Amino acid sequence: MAKVLSIIPERCTACRACELACSIKHYGEFNTSRSRIKVSIFLEEAVYIPTACTQCTEAWCAKICPTTAILRNDDYMAYYVVDDKCVGCKMCVLACPFGAIELYADHGKAEKCDLCLSIDGDPECVKFCTPKALLFTDEDAGPKAKQAATALRLKEALQEAAS
Amino acid sequence: MGWTGTILRVNLSSGSVAKEPLDGHLARSYIGGRGLATKILYDEIDPTLDPLGPANKLILATGPLTGTNAPTGGRYMVVTKSPLTGAIACSNSGGYVGAEMKYAGYDLVIVEGKAPHPVYLWINNDRVEIRDAVQVWGTSTHKTEDALRAATNAEAKICSIGPAGETLSLTAAVMNDKHRAAGRSGVGAVMGSKNLKAIVFRGTRSVKVAHPHAFMRACLQAVAKLQAEPGSGEGLPMYGTPGIVSVINAHGFMPTNNFQFGQFAGADRISGETIRDEILIRNKGCFACTIACARVTKVKAGKFRGSGEGPEYETVWGLGAMTGVSDLAAVTRAGYLCNELGMDTIEAGVAIATAMELFEAGYIPERDIGRPLRFGDADALVEMTEKLGRGEGFGAILALGGARLAERYDHSELFMGVKRQAFAAYDGRGAQGMALGYATSNRGACHLRGYTISAEVFGVPRKVDPFATEGKAALAKASQDATAFVDSTGTCLFTTFALGPADLHAMLELATDSGYTVDEVIKIGERIWNLERLFNLRAGLSAKDDTLPRRILEEPIPAGPAKGKVARLGEMLPEYYTLRGWTPEGVPTPEKLRALSLAPNS
Ligand code: SF4
Ligand code: SF4
Ligand code: SF4
Repeated sequence: MAKVLSIIPERCTACRACELACSIKHYGEFNTSRSRIKVSIFLEEAVYIPTACTQCTEAWCAKICPTTAILRNDDYMAYYVVDDKCVGCKMCVLACPFGAIELYADHGKAEKCDLCLSIDGDPECVKFCTPKALLFTDEDAGPKAKQAATALRLKEALQEAAS
Repeated sequence: MGWTGTILRVNLSSGSVAKEPLDGHLARSYIGGRGLATKILYDEIDPTLDPLGPANKLILATGPLTGTNAPTGGRYMVVTKSPLTGAIACSNSGGYVGAEMKYAGYDLVIVEGKAPHPVYLWINNDRVEIRDAVQVWGTSTHKTEDALRAATNAEAKICSIGPAGETLSLTAAVMNDKHRAAGRSGVGAVMGSKNLKAIVFRGTRSVKVAHPHAFMRACLQAVAKLQAEPGSGEGLPMYGTPGIVSVINAHGFMPTNNFQFGQFAGADRISGETIRDEILIRNKGCFACTIACARVTKVKAGKFRGSGEGPEYETVWGLGAMTGVSDLAAVTRAGYLCNELGMDTIEAGVAIATAMELFEAGYIPERDIGRPLRFGDADALVEMTEKLGRGEGFGAILALGGARLAERYDHSELFMGVKRQAFAAYDGRGAQGMALGYATSNRGACHLRGYTISAEVFGVPRKVDPFATEGKAALAKASQDATAFVDSTGTCLFTTFALGPADLHAMLELATDSGYTVDEVIKIGERIWNLERLFNLRAGLSAKDDTLPRRILEEPIPAGPAKGKVARLGEMLPEYYTLRGWTPEGVPTPEKLRALSLAPNS
């Protein structure tokens, strides 16, 4: 079964270790602005939201790319950019509804989360997320866990109402 | 590698902005952060100058591990001559500012001179501008950050001063990321004296390390150790720093009512457990921090409602036990006020507690304060904290700190601190190593210049008797030197619960490829300590300043497990000087200075 990067924002502590892990894994340097995962930190509201490419089933970035530079690894359903084919036209950037693909100024090519497949299939960000706000799980594990949690809340509410 | 190799120097008097290469030999000899900034300050200013005059310099310094994935690798230091103590000041903070400074391309930012009117610095990678700050002058640190992010870049990271720094309060901190403080020694007043409201950073560059793969493996190992250790892996994430309230109180040296007692009856009300039950929203980590001890909190109802971060252990003590206030909402609110108005919660709390004792003893007339000021009065605490931060009414006197307040009312013996800086939340009568540490700390009373409590209470690295004096000189020295090293790397002291110098050395070496040995980095710590001492001696301090208030030396703790104890400084200090290689007058000998490569011609 395909695995997905699932994100549990309630657990995130805004440490940005995932951004560091991503940038060093792919570029050999620490640079949070070249991370493919981005943690939005709303200090005032105490809300911290990590976001990365969702690896859409029908990926608009891949569909729109005039040079078919964005390919999919079927084992993991991860889309990745073939550097040599990318011409830096930015069509994918326009097409992505989440802003999950960007062009980086220094080489002018598209970059996106590929679940680290291009290297060894072991997401680096997940390894460095100590509070386990990031998980690499079976595709349906996330929804299943949410269903279970919702059911539990409902059960408790019903019990409370009955007592 | 590790270092960016560039120093930014800004002169606010002339408006000049210059980039200078970092001297590689200097960086290797002092590592970064506290060490490197101290060396630069030592070389560049006259230690006798007026700390609030334009000739003083304000140095922001990161370490080679700042901006990397080394756990807690986000620290920066603020180094200057302190207006509170007249000694060297070095305050450190987490959050995101240190890392952003590195990403902007700078190891250090040196601010000189004084702007003719309020300004802020906008450092956007290579582009540096000195901009008008009149629109944010007078506002809280929180409003300042919001306004300046709107005026520059949504991703910018900011350090700033609040009204306390603007009015040159000697309790003033430099605040960053709204809730993080480079708190002690009045560094915020130095920033205020330069008419500098804020420094705004945006950086998109890389920080490089010499061996990325091995470095990451070392980081993961360090993370695993931090998680396996009860303090950093469980206690701090679960209860934050106030988790130790109950421990210190149980040991009988939680300073209460201005050190009149060693235990606080209301300790349960301000403990980490109560904070977790009643006001905690969630944990937060600083940059690259896997511990996440910060508390995001909210007081939901009542006259003290509000939200923010904290209170920390030192805050629940300074604004709580020290002032006898056990109302958690009031203490939390007073802590928020300190963050927003930009002041050190320790210095502010101790100033208020000093005033309380002076008032109760009849030494301050009520008309001076405008109200009665008694221990345990929650309303008075919050009101005085706000007045202190704004420098209004009696607040203007509190803003001078507890030492000057007590002097003003002719009872300087009632100020609890060293070198005019307030003690932290451990009574030295109950922990002799801490007593020695306070007396000899280069920045005045301070628990972070050698945390002997680790060994005396928590048994890290091994348990020693807190009431004993034997071996404490060696413990204090070792702890002081190791801390100076940690403070120079760009990581947080809390890692030392689980990581030894060897772990940190491993990451430093993989990042910088400097050929350091473990012994050498500890020796660098010792070099830094001695250099700070030299600065202080030149500034006019001497062995007579390595002392403690009469109460701590002569009045025994009246009750509790530490009952009957006083600080036996005289039994430890001569041994400490000898171990340090200093004369009986506390002056480093020429041989010592040569051995540390600190002698003028070595
Ligand atoms: S920028 Fe590159 S990857 Fe994106 S659409 Fe254009 S060619 Fe394809
Ligand atoms: S899975 Fe890999 S590429 Fe994707 S965000 Fe995480 S570290 Fe970056
Ligand atoms: S590593 Fe985990 S906790 Fe830290 S910012 Fe990323 S998602 Fe949040």
